[in-house]
Amino acid sequence: MQTLPIKERGYVNADILVTTDWVAEHKDDAGVRLVESNEDMLLYPSGHIPGAVQVDWTTDLNDPITRDYLSAEKFAALMSRIGVTPDTTVVFYGDKSNWWASYALWVFSLFGHQKVKLMDGGRAKWDAEGRELTRDVPKFESTEYPVPTRDDTQIRAFRDQVLEHVKARRKLVDVRSPLEFTGERLHMEDYPNEGALRGGHIPGAANVPWARAANEDGTFKTAEELKAIYCDEKGLSKGDDVVVYCRIGERSSHTWFVLTHLLGFDKVRNYDGSWTEWGNLVGVPIEKP
Amino acid sequence: MPAELPPRVAELIEDLKLVEDRQDRLLTLIDFADRFEEVSPEVATRPFSEANHVQRCESEAYVFTTPHPDGGVKYHFAVENPQGISAKAMAVILDETISGETPDVIAGVPTDLVYKVFGKELSMGKGQGLMGMIELCKILAKKMEVERLAAETQDA
Repeated sequence: MQTLPIKERGYVNADILVTTDWVAEHKDDAGVRLVESNEDMLLYPSGHIPGAVQVDWTTDLNDPITRDYLSAEKFAALMSRIGVTPDTTVVFYGDKSNWWASYALWVFSLFGHQKVKLMDGGRAKWDAEGRELTRDVPKFESTEYPVPTRDDTQIRAFRDQVLEHVKARRKLVDVRSPLEFTGERLHMEDYPNEGALRGGHIPGAANVPWARAANEDGTFKTAEELKAIYCDEKGLSKGDDVVVYCRIGERSSHTWFVLTHLLGFDKVRNYDGSWTEWGNLVGVPIEKP
Repeated sequence: MPAELPPRVAELIEDLKLVEDRQDRLLTLIDFADRFEEVSPEVATRPFSEANHVQRCESEAYVFTTPHPDGGVKYHFAVENPQGISAKAMAVILDETISGETPDVIAGVPTDLVYKVFGKELSMGKGQGLMGMIELCKILAKKMEVERLAAETQDA
């Protein structure tokens, strides 16, 4: 399958995606830091793009005790450790069509790191093209990264806000599988401990499994193809106030990225509490077919 | 009472307990993956049978059995996903710890061995696939035993 060049796919913010060619050319630039983020913890140490550092979604991005992301102080320390300044362009890539890389990018965005990009196709594409992988873990001089303010108001939604959103009949996108959406399955296939006491979806949500936005090789579909899914089929509009969710907010980060950056929606928030919170909450409304 | 662990499995668990640093543990697992050898064409060829397909494994892993030269079951594996490094590590671990054991002994391998080997950080999706590999090893060992007994009965 031949995918169109990124610039010809009609994205609103095409600059946020870079090709594997671009990464090969710019990976050693002083102002660029490659960040690999995977589900499979063995992938990075078994071979990664030369110069790439790893940001682990569990140990680096989440607070180990409270269900929340890392604090602003810890984010600054993480940036310092991986040699990033506020001026560094951070290029994310990872396994599973950039599912986890999108999650990392979304968390970086919470902390206001402006210069972020995603390598289209992720590590599978880089690997399939026979490009160089190394086991050498790069060391970068620690940087001074000012402690940022984490802004949870623009791209993140909490349960009370979602409840208001439901009452106001605003748009919701449930990116889980159809069986999770209908409530036949209380968890994602193969993730039995991440279930909920109730099955179904948040009232009014449209179901668009996250992976529909990706081609088989992990690259993103064109803007036209994406609009056909989200706008024509599901009735979303660029000006809508949209909340996306899955089970813990990682798959929905991929959809947040698509709606926000590729289609240019004005207001998309990721509800990271997602179904593991909503499906266990007492007294909230749930819809089942 | 839980079944007794096969001796080489128990030994592996003890050895891994000594590897306390997470990075060292990952490198140890990658060493296992590096020793992965795909099933030979003498044992199985593509397209592989669905009966040998590991359920729930996103790395498209397959398990095959032949009689071990020293008795017991010899395992062979295929991992169709080039990114399936955890599955490859698990395949080598299983071959090195349970090949040569009898089906009765293999039945004692707990599926949560994957968490003892890979650590509690193992994602749930990945863990389910790796547990599926252990489950299929047990099923195929039992099947071999049933077939062996049936052949013996027929001979008698």
